[in-house]
Amino acid sequence: MKEILSLDHVSYTYESEDGESRKAIDDVSFTVWDGEWIAIVGHNGSGKSTLAKMMIGLLFPEEGSVNVFLEKLDAENIWDIRSRIGIVFQNPDNQFVGSTVQDDVAFALENNGVPFEQMVPRVHESLAQVNMAGFLDHEPHHLSGGQKQRVAIAGALAMQPKLLILDEATSMLDPQGRDEVIKVVDDLKRTTGLTVISITHDLEEVLLADKVIVMNDGKLMLTGKPEEIFAHGEELEAIGLDLPFASRLSRYLRQAGVEIQGEHTTEEELVNELWTSHFNK
Amino acid sequence: MLEKMIFGRYVPGNSFVHRLDPRSKLLFIFLFIIAVFLANNTMTYGLLLAFTLLVIFISRIRLYFLFNGLKPILFLIVFTLLMHFLFTKEGAVLLDLKIFKIYEEGVRQGIFISIRFLVLVLMTTVLTLTTSPISITDGMETLLNPLKRVKLPVHELALMMSIALRFIPTLMDETDKILKAQLARGSDLTSGTIKERIRAVVPLLVPLFVSAFKRAEDLAIAMEVRGYRGGEGRTRYRQLNWQGRDTLVIIIFIVLVAALFWLRGGS
Repeated sequence: MKEILSLDHVSYTYESEDGESRKAIDDVSFTVWDGEWIAIVGHNGSGKSTLAKMMIGLLFPEEGSVNVFLEKLDAENIWDIRSRIGIVFQNPDNQFVGSTVQDDVAFALENNGVPFEQMVPRVHESLAQVNMAGFLDHEPHHLSGGQKQRVAIAGALAMQPKLLILDEATSMLDPQGRDEVIKVVDDLKRTTGLTVISITHDLEEVLLADKVIVMNDGKLMLTGKPEEIFAHGEELEAIGLDLPFASRLSRYLRQAGVEIQGEHTTEEELVNELWTSHFNK
Repeated sequence: MLEKMIFGRYVPGNSFVHRLDPRSKLLFIFLFIIAVFLANNTMTYGLLLAFTLLVIFISRIRLYFLFNGLKPILFLIVFTLLMHFLFTKEGAVLLDLKIFKIYEEGVRQGIFISIRFLVLVLMTTVLTLTTSPISITDGMETLLNPLKRVKLPVHELALMMSIALRFIPTLMDETDKILKAQLARGSDLTSGTIKERIRAVVPLLVPLFVSAFKRAEDLAIAMEVRGYRGGEGRTRYRQLNWQGRDTLVIIIFIVLVAALFWLRGGS
């Protein structure tokens, strides 16, 4: 498998105004492989947004190195690497640069000097990929939050990136908008093999991931598959993270003396175990 | 009140005027504004007015819509007309009303100035009504391109303008939200002395500015990660193409100016 991105003993310190320095990232290492979906979770101030900024070269680590597509990220190759990574931020309004949907999708293409003849098909293609093909001439204030975020994803896709980073991209959306965005990313990942890193505290997004990275106080606390992570229920709650309903319920059932075999993250799995539990005895 | 104002608004359409290249329209309007000052007699002013009405007719903007939207400006025109009636004292007396007299020259000049003003307002309004703001910025950018030689940041100015236009509705929404939030907290914007009312606007403006700066910062980051590095090496998604009809517009302008010179009375 090909390596897409890796962090190698990365640390970063913010200077605060009163001269106190706080380690936002403390000796973090991990590797993301081609085609993976990684979820990075953590409460506010755990350093997860700083991680995103370092992956796209908005911040450079003080110690360690960030390697993207096997190249060490530095001031030289930053524009080249940025053109191969798509990133979608939290606020749908504040990342909409163009005055219409198609202008916004074309923005990165214009910046990178893509010739006009290639721009038009690419804009249409990427809008079709996020189910926004009929919105070419819509203005941003006539779109919902979910639609704006899908346009932002299309804007990233237009550059045909290998890696898509979602920096809390669904946190300002209503449930419907969030579902739309998650569905689009999920479909993309399955059809195009796109690598996705989603920084989030939405549990549904976490459950879709192949691997979860839990951040706490700038340190990497846990990594593993979603069901492995949610097995550490109490530790997660101790650092201020929510658990999926099924995980919480199984824990309470266990405390109440009900024997449950596996770890369940979805209600369906839990129900399946519960209604067959009598046969196992 | 704001909804009725059509000055600076864009109404989509598909007329000859709508389909013109923004560059030819901008160039035409700019030159037309200068050419208007060539008129100095009934024939030339009549020609300008007729030409303007013809342009409005071709652009398929409804006259009622246009004049309704320009009411505040029409008031200004009527006001200038009256001022001339009252204060210009040349030529033969047309009407003697004991308190004041209306002179021939006053009526003439009043009407001429009003027509000049009306023609300018109508033509620029037709431009903004038939051209989307983004096309206007695009057109300006290309027209001003030669000024890059003298270090005028043409691309940056055009981008600033298009971003400003794009954020107007967003900030309007925001203002509305803040206004409601302040009203819900008991702030009173509609009564009191002027001083009190001005003071009541401050809690509206401060949050608006704070959020606008936050937005600017987010937007700058979003632009940077999408590879924005200024105008160098950038390609354009919106292509302007100069067509036969645009050349026709320039020819029409030359004919118009020739006609104005021909009909112009010696001064």
